Parts: sequence; structure tokens; C-alpha cells
Amino acid sequence: MNIITEKLLSIVSDWDGKFKGAFNIREDSSCAARQNSENIKIENKEGKPGIVVRVSGKAKGETVFIPACVTKSGIDDLVYNDFYIGEGADVIVVAGCGVHSDGEEEARHNGIHRFFIGKNARVVYREKHIGTGEGTGAKRIDPVTEITMEQGAYMEMDTSQIGGVTSSDRRTTAHLAAEAKLIIRERLLTDGTQTAKSDFVVTLDGDDSGVDLISRSVAKGNSVQEYRSVIEGNCRCTGHSECDAILAGNGIVNAAPALNAHHIDASLIHEAAIGKIAGEQIIKLCTLGLTEEEAEQKIIEGFLK
Amino acid sequence: MLKLQGIHWSTPEGEEILKGIDLDIPEKELTVITGPNGGGKTSLAKMIAGIYTPSAGKIELDGQDITNWNVTERAKAGIAYAFQQPVRFKGLTVRDLLELSAGANIEEAKLCGMLSTVGLCAQEYINRSVDSSLSGGESKRIEIATVLNRKGASLLVFDEPEAGIDLWSFGKLTEAFERLKAEGSRSIVIISHQERIMEIADNIAVIANGRVRTFGKRADILPELLYGEKQPFCPVAGTKKEVC
Repeated sequence: MNIITEKLLSIVSDWDGKFKGAFNIREDSSCAARQNSENIKIENKEGKPGIVVRVSGKAKGETVFIPACVTKSGIDDLVYNDFYIGEGADVIVVAGCGVHSDGEEEARHNGIHRFFIGKNARVVYREKHIGTGEGTGAKRIDPVTEITMEQGAYMEMDTSQIGGVTSSDRRTTAHLAAEAKLIIRERLLTDGTQTAKSDFVVTLDGDDSGVDLISRSVAKGNSVQEYRSVIEGNCRCTGHSECDAILAGNGIVNAAPALNAHHIDASLIHEAAIGKIAGEQIIKLCTLGLTEEEAEQKIIEGFLK
Repeated sequence: MLKLQGIHWSTPEGEEILKGIDLDIPEKELTVITGPNGGGKTSLAKMIAGIYTPSAGKIELDGQDITNWNVTERAKAGIAYAFQQPVRFKGLTVRDLLELSAGANIEEAKLCGMLSTVGLCAQEYINRSVDSSLSGGESKRIEIATVLNRKGASLLVFDEPEAGIDLWSFGKLTEAFERLKAEGSRSIVIISHQERIMEIADNIAVIANGRVRTFGKRADILPELLYGEKQPFCPVAGTKKEVC
């Protein structure tokens, strides 16, 4: 692995020189390192670039790391990763992508992840994205996540874009069977002329299934964000979505949340708030000795934490 | 300590709220500011914190003219201010606020001590967001804790600390003010209508209609305030107390 990859890994997947357990490190469209564990097997995907991760139902509290790094401009990395989570498994999947460019050409990672989560399995999926480098070429990350959850499955998806990405187009879809629970937390920070699109469609197909979708974003500079979420309630189910955005400078946020209830016992809620930081919040932190700039920074850090 | 001279202030709509306030806050003593609602007490507190700037008059802190200092400058000079209506933050935790106030990372045991002082069971609160999930009383007590523990503060200003707090917690809070007063290291200003708080004051100032109606030692002011004839509050028929 080159030094840029190591730096990106430390940011997006808490790399400290090694991973414990199963992992697959992707560097500039190739596999840089891979390791299986007793309960987690990683193999190449046939016919397409990418991997297949098979987690046995015996996996309990194990972590699998599958970060991807693009370390130079001119690379357009497309990868298809599938995850088969066995019945009753309990696993943490740490993905994450870093795109670095010091050149004029675009650097891009496009990861298409499909999760097939077995009955009563539990998955925590962490996905952190960042762009680095002084190059003028765009740094693009366009993740696609498709989730299929069987009865009683549980998934927590924590996705964040913490800066430096010129443009992103995130698309997430999920289908939940009975008693399945999905929690999605999105955190997004854009600045300058960056753009970010987020599109979530969650379909609740089984009785007593539920989703909690919370998006927090900050649009600074002249950046533009577009947010769309759809929760489809086709049964006795609960759905909650919350979209909060802070505007700073000339940032723009367009949010279009939607709730579609197709069943009398579908209980769907949406909350949304977009606006600049409240003046009283700034003043409160100033009474603690912070300058207005420090107060704004602290409020944004807390909001995205 | 803090000297206010001829302070005037009007709302952006032009309503004059403070109409020439003259007040000397004694050093390392507890001064209660009381008076009828709408009389200008909160505006005066915000004036001291630097949230409002006077249209006329002068404010001195330890002999230094701070009239045009902003909120941050006054905070760094040692003025700490507890809001009457605590501010909510999505994402910032109780720990975050207390650590910002103390200017350092704080061990959990010490955080627990800070919250216990204001009547909160600390373990349940340290990592909670200071947002709408907290009740009014809870957020009020956290607000007070941020001021009680402000690093380098020499003047602590509390705007109606009793508002929204239950009786048991209010008792603990009053004890905390008494301890603070007994330490004798900081000057305290409390805006309050509560007799129990006035009873622990060294000095009492009565503000009404934008002016200082009276100011002096508690022993001189309190009896007159509660039972005397020269009451600044609205009279209530059949009683000697005023509850305006």
C-alpha cells in the first residue's frame, strides 16, 4: 500500500497499521490486501470487479473492514460488493472511501453495495467518505447501497461525508420483511462549490417492521445539497424520518421528504428543519468565552457528531 | 466591581426599557435584583453580559470601561451569564457544554459533582444532547451548572434561576448559592422574585419601570419589600405581599 492509502485508511476506517479480523483493502481499483476469518470469508466477485463477503451465522461481535481508496487523479473506480449475512449473525462492517487527487483529472469511486441480511441477523454498517489532495480535478464518490432484510433482521447504517468531496450522489434503497428494523444516520458536510445528493427509499413490507432515518447536514460556502427520502408503508409498520440542515454562507439545501402510507396501520412521521445557526446558540457559546467563529465551528461539530 | 452609570436601552422597535440605571454591584457579595415583570431586569442582565449594548451610559468592570465590549470579551474578562430561557443545541452534549465552560476536559467524577450540585443525577445526563429531549427544568439546571463552573469567572449573573425548577432542586440550588457566597471568591448577581433567594442576599436592588427604585443591604430592603408600605410591586388586596 502506498502512503496516501495508509493516510486515507486512518481517516475512513480507523486504520492503525493493521486490522483485526477479516478485511479487504482496495487501492486504485486493485486488491491491496485481504484476510479471512473463521466466520467471515471474502472472495472475488465473478464477472464484475468487487468482492463477495459471506458472514456465517456463527459470527458474534466480529468486524470486517472493506475500505476503498483512490490515491491519484485519472482513476474511475467502480466496484460491486455483495454481503451475505447469515441467520443470527452479529457483525460490524466498516466500509469507507477516501479519494485523493493532486492532479487535474477527476478521481472517482463508485461503490455498489448489496446487503442480504438473514433472519434475526444484526449488522452495523459504517461508511465514512472523504476527499483529500490539492489537485484541481474533481473528487467524486457515488455510493449505492441496496439492502434486503429478512424477518427480525436489524441494521444500523452510519454514513458520513466529512469534507473534501467535490460531488457525491448517494442512493440507498431498502426492503424490510416482518419485524426487521433499519436505522440510518447520515451526516454530510459540504463547502465551496461542492454538491451532494442523497436519495433514500425504504419500503416496509412486513408487519412490525420499522425504519428510523435521520439526516443531518451542513451546507457552507456556495455548496448545494439535494435530499430526498421516501418511506413506503405497505403493512403495519413504523417509519420516522428527520432531516435537519444548517445553512452557512450561501449554502443551499433542497429537501423533499415523502411518506407513502398504503396500509391503515402504517404509522409514518417526518420532521424537517433547515436554517442558519440560531443567533442565541452563538451568543450562549460566546458567554462561555468563544468567539463567534469558534462558536459556529463548535455548533457544527456537535451537530454532525 | 461592576459599575453601571446612566444606562439607557431601547428595543429595536423603539420602546425604552432601561431609563437611566445607576447601580454599583459590590465585589464578592451576593446581590439580588428584583422587581415587577417587565421592569427591565432581564434587559439589565443582558446588558451586563454584553448581549445588549446601551444607547447611553457607561459600564465599568474593576475600573475598566467595558461599555462597548462584546459578549466574548466580557466573558473573557470574567463575566458569566445564565440565561433565563436556556439555549438548546442539537448535538452538543451536557459534557460538551460543561467542558467548554470549564475550558478543559473534565473527568467523569468531577462532571457528576457539577451536576449533582444543581440536583441532577449525573450519570444519566453527561452524554445527553442539550436539546428538546430535556425538560425545561433539566435544561435550566444544566445552564446554571455551566455558569457555576465557568473558568476564570469573577462575576456570575443568574437570570431567574428558580424558573422551572422543582422545590427539591430549588432547595439544592439555594444551598449552592449559599456555598458560593460563603466561598467569598466571586461576585454574584441573581435576578429573582424568590423570597428564599432574597433571604441569602447581601444586597437587594429593586428595578421597576426601567429604573433602580431602591438599592441597599438586605436587612434594610427586604422587610420593606415584603411588608412595608413603599412596595414597588402591584398590591394584592387583603395581603401584605406583592406578586405582580
